[in-house]
This record gives sequence, C-alpha cells and structure tokens, in this order.
Amino acid sequence: MHEYSIVQSLLDRVEAEAAARGATVVHRLRLQIGEMSGVETALLRSAYETFTDRSICAGADLEIVPVAVRWGCPACGTDLPSGSALRCGDCGGPARLTAGDEIVLERIEMEVPDV
Amino acid sequence: MCETCGCGDPDVVPVEVRESLLAGNDRTADHNRQHFAAQGVMAINLMGSPGSGKTALLEATAARLDGRQRLAALSGDLATDRDAARLARAGIPSLSITTGSACHLDARLVHEALHELPWQEARWLFIENVGNLVCPAIYDLGQEANVVALSVTEGEDKPLKYPVMFHKADLVVLTKVDLLPHLPGVEIEVIEDALARTMPEPRVIRASAVTGEGIDEWLRWLEGRQADSTAVAASGEVVAGG
Repeated sequence: MHEYSIVQSLLDRVEAEAAARGATVVHRLRLQIGEMSGVETALLRSAYETFTDRSICAGADLEIVPVAVRWGCPACGTDLPSGSALRCGDCGGPARLTAGDEIVLERIEMEVPDV
Repeated sequence: MCETCGCGDPDVVPVEVRESLLAGNDRTADHNRQHFAAQGVMAINLMGSPGSGKTALLEATAARLDGRQRLAALSGDLATDRDAARLARAGIPSLSITTGSACHLDARLVHEALHELPWQEARWLFIENVGNLVCPAIYDLGQEANVVALSVTEGEDKPLKYPVMFHKADLVVLTKVDLLPHLPGVEIEVIEDALARTMPEPRVIRASAVTGEGIDEWLRWLEGRQADSTAVAASGEVVAGG
C-alpha cells in the first residue's frame, strides 16, 4: 500500500504551494497516473479520502487522469503497438516505455484571499 | 473586494505543477547516488517476493567470494533484524532497516541508514528491499541497478502479474533451480518467456544458493555492470572537463 506514501507526498506538495500563496482552501486536484506506474487508482482514492480528512485538501475533488502505456524504440523513434513484443519491428532494438509510468501532480485549484 | 464589508472575496487560482509526486524521493536518491559514485561503491537494489531467496543469494555470494571482495548490505524488513544478522554471520557488514508498516524502502530510509553502516569500504553495497513484488519497484534508492530474485517455486506467471517490478529489473536471478526436479509442472522456459514479455532487455541468471549454480555468473554480471558504470562516469568527466 505505497498509495499512502504517495498521498503523503501529494499533501506535502499541496500544502507547500498553498502556503506560498496564502491559500486557505483547495478546491480541486488533478493527477496523471500511468497504467504502468505501479499505483492503483482505487487504492489511491481511498488513501486520499482517509489521509486528507483534516488537511487543507479536505473536501477537495481529486481528478485522476489515466495515462495509457506506450512503447517506443529509442534508436529509430518508431512507436510500438501495445501488446506486441518489446522489440522494435523496424530495427530490432529493445523498446522503451514512452508513456504510462506517470505519477504526476498536474494542477491545483486553490482559494487565495483577494488582497 | 466584497462590497458589503470589504473583507476581500477569495479568488480560485489554478496552479500548474506538472511534477512527479516522487520528485522528493528522486532528489534524495540522486544524493545517495552521488555518495556512492564518490566512494566508487556500486549499490544494488535487490528486490523480490518474501522467501524468494534474496538473503540466501547474498550468503552464497559472500561464501563464493570468501573475503576477496568487500561487501556491505542494508536489509529492509517490516520487523526483526534477522536478515541483517544472517548476512553479518556470512561476513557481510550489515544493517537492518525496520520499516514498521511500510511496504518498501525509500531513498530517505536508505540515506539515514548510510550514516550507521560503514559502507564506504565496500565494493558492492546490496540494498535488500522489503519482500514485495509491487511497492519497492517505484522508489529509486540511488542504486546502480535493480536486481529481482524470482524463485522457481513462485509460479511461472509472476512476471506477467507484476509487470512494473520486472520492467524495472536490469537482471532477474532465477533462484532455487536445484528444486526443479521436484517441480514437474514448472518449465523454466515458460518463466523466461514471461520475462521476455515484461523486460525489454531480458537478462536472466539461473542460480541456486544450495548447489552454487549460477553464482559465478552472477559475480561476473556484477563485475561487468560496475565496469560499465565506471566507464560511463569516466566519459562523463571528460565531457564535463572538456
């Protein structure tokens, strides 16, 4: 259940951004979670609800944007179809994951007092 | 401004962050990596299921080397320091990292442990992660390479069930191969085929801590990996200096 550790990192980051801007309430968070990131979005969501209960994120919407796995060839730049062998069909080189391992905090919407 | 009392209406402000939630861990991992490079120590993140034979592999490694190379080990477990005690008996200076309820090591836990263990004298530092095929895979510790111990008794489809772990592996050590005669349903080729579907550059060593099979090949792999990383570091210095 490393999802709890991920939520702790998320809270630390959001609290730092909020403090820097004097924000008191967070309305919405948007994350990108890749299919090969090793993070289970259902577990992440329940960890988020448990952990953020008494934090600045309490009640804030958590939007999770899934990112599909993509493999490419680092040598010739070819995209490999998903589900294929992890070798480039053109040059035979080993494939590299080009998308799908994201655990990214994309955007925070927070309430900043008008001064 | 609020027209009634002048208290100030709040504005909802979007903040674009676009940063990995592992960025803090990754910074600490880079810091660890710099320490390892400065001392010429190669750190190996050794992962695998509970009971896959991680500790036994290290014991067999120490036995084969018989003091010819200096080793050190950090050993992560939820509770007890039994693995570190076993490694110490095998002649490897070791320290246990007891994680409590945490299912993985992270870069900070490793960094704190580095202050307690005389690892600088070692050539190879093995970081034996918590037995778990899921969580340890996503945390960079500052290692030179990820090695996964997969025992032949675990089932042929483990790489397909836990692709994140095996995708991150630079090497899989297939352990307990001495048990194969007792496992009529297990075909080593099926395990290797599953690995080829999850590792872009599958590298597998068949090993047994009991018979010693594969231990020399494992030692050659470690030698080669260290030579490659030293060469890369040297060429980097030339570029930086030039």
